[in-house]
Amino acid sequence: MKKNVKVQVNNLCKSFGDLKVIEDCSFQIKEGEFVCVVGPTGCGKTTFLNVLSNLLEPTSGEVLIDGEKASPRKHNLSFIFQEPSSLPWLTVEKNIAYGLKAKNKDKKYIQEQTEKILDLMGLQKYRKAYPAELSTSSEQKIVIGRAFAVNPDLLLMDEPYGQMDVKTRFYLEDEVIRMWKELQKTIIFITHNIEEAVYMAERVLILSNKPAKVKDEVVIDLPHPRRVDDPRFIEIRNYITEQIKWW
Amino acid sequence: MENPANMENAIRTLRKKEKKKKRTTILCGIISIAVFLCVWQLLCTLKIVSGDVLASPLQVIDAIITKIGDPRPDGNTLIENILSSFKLAMIGFFLALIVGLPLGLLMGWYRPLDKLVKPIFELIRPLPPIAWIPIVIVLLGIGTVAKSFIIFFTTFVPIVINSYTGIRETNQVYINYAKTCGYSNWRIFWTIGIPSAMPLAFAGMVIALGNGWGTLIAAEMLASSSGLGYMIFMGRNYGRIDIIIAGMLVIGLIGLGLTTALSKIENYVLKWRINTK
Repeated sequence: MKKNVKVQVNNLCKSFGDLKVIEDCSFQIKEGEFVCVVGPTGCGKTTFLNVLSNLLEPTSGEVLIDGEKASPRKHNLSFIFQEPSSLPWLTVEKNIAYGLKAKNKDKKYIQEQTEKILDLMGLQKYRKAYPAELSTSSEQKIVIGRAFAVNPDLLLMDEPYGQMDVKTRFYLEDEVIRMWKELQKTIIFITHNIEEAVYMAERVLILSNKPAKVKDEVVIDLPHPRRVDDPRFIEIRNYITEQIKWW
Repeated sequence: MENPANMENAIRTLRKKEKKKKRTTILCGIISIAVFLCVWQLLCTLKIVSGDVLASPLQVIDAIITKIGDPRPDGNTLIENILSSFKLAMIGFFLALIVGLPLGLLMGWYRPLDKLVKPIFELIRPLPPIAWIPIVIVLLGIGTVAKSFIIFFTTFVPIVINSYTGIRETNQVYINYAKTCGYSNWRIFWTIGIPSAMPLAFAGMVIALGNGWGTLIAAEMLASSSGLGYMIFMGRNYGRIDIIIAGMLVIGLIGLGLTTALSKIENYVLKWRINTK
């Protein structure tokens, strides 16, 4: 099955004054593809995502979604941040509906979509609870759910599970993979954790040191769920580690 | 990962614990007040303090009960005085809320407005509220408008500062999230900025209400013909120590009532703020 190109990045550059953070990045992502972006610490991964999501304007170059310039007003972009970002003053269900309301979709659609996500994420039981009443992993499930709720053209994830313990991390990664398989969305997942990247992605883009360029890409043809002790898994992980080394 | 039923129970237990903690707090309050009143009564009964300088709690209660229907010595019954003070405090407070809350929030959100208004605000801010009283008497006399104006200024400043600071401290992640959803700046102001400013804004209102009530009493002592401040001022003129203390007690109780009522509203509006202390 040949998939369409969903995201096209052409010669993307971003500088802050004299500081070049991203230099001449070009790549394509197909519809429904799960891509991880790895790179050395401080190589500009977050800036890279912020430009992709339009939170920052690129210095030059462009990001196209379905052939059009990417814009949060036009496209459904979802962003999962490093920090916990569920809105504390909204209940679980209102958190999930919040993103849907941005584009003024009709009430019935918002309700149906919210129900669907509550079911998929197993959050029905605490739909009326506030985020502070939930555990870290349940709170993160709100964030994952609400990201998928808007039917994203592109879902961007910025090291969301970097600070978490291993058990929670694997649990949430599996949740993301499950939702991705279920809803067939295009995902760019940024991480400095190579194991995480190999565990999740269909393809890994490796960024160079600052200014960041796409140095290499690795296709991971292992089926999900993956085993971290699979020899092929370890082989890929070692290869990427070798590529990323800056020390 | 978690069992949903367990989670529900955990939430329920958490809320129950909150309630129990609150009950203990109230009980402690009642005990300390009771001890205070007993010691005070003993001081008077045993004549450790002379009856000319201090009325006993029982005398004060007696004075309050009599004053409810008796306009002596200041010319108004207690109820009239309470209503007069209460009305002024509310007019001043709500005017300040209507003007101050939006002003603080908008100043915190929109930089150009901030730059425009802040210099004037910074000039007014350090003025102690009581310093307004003489000029207000000269300009507006001692009527309702004059006193409401004083309360307005007293309550206005903390309301503006707190709502301003509150919205300034909005977590950037929430704003970024709303931006990536495609929300406009104005809608982000409403859906992210205002809710996240509310805890501090409420704290400002509580301070404002307390200050406003206190300043009102001061204003009534200086320029008035009714109200609780006027009542204790006249009590002093007539050497009625029981009326003075009765007035103070009523002022304290109403102040407490106002703050409690506002906290109730706060807890309702900010019920998402789960107390995990």
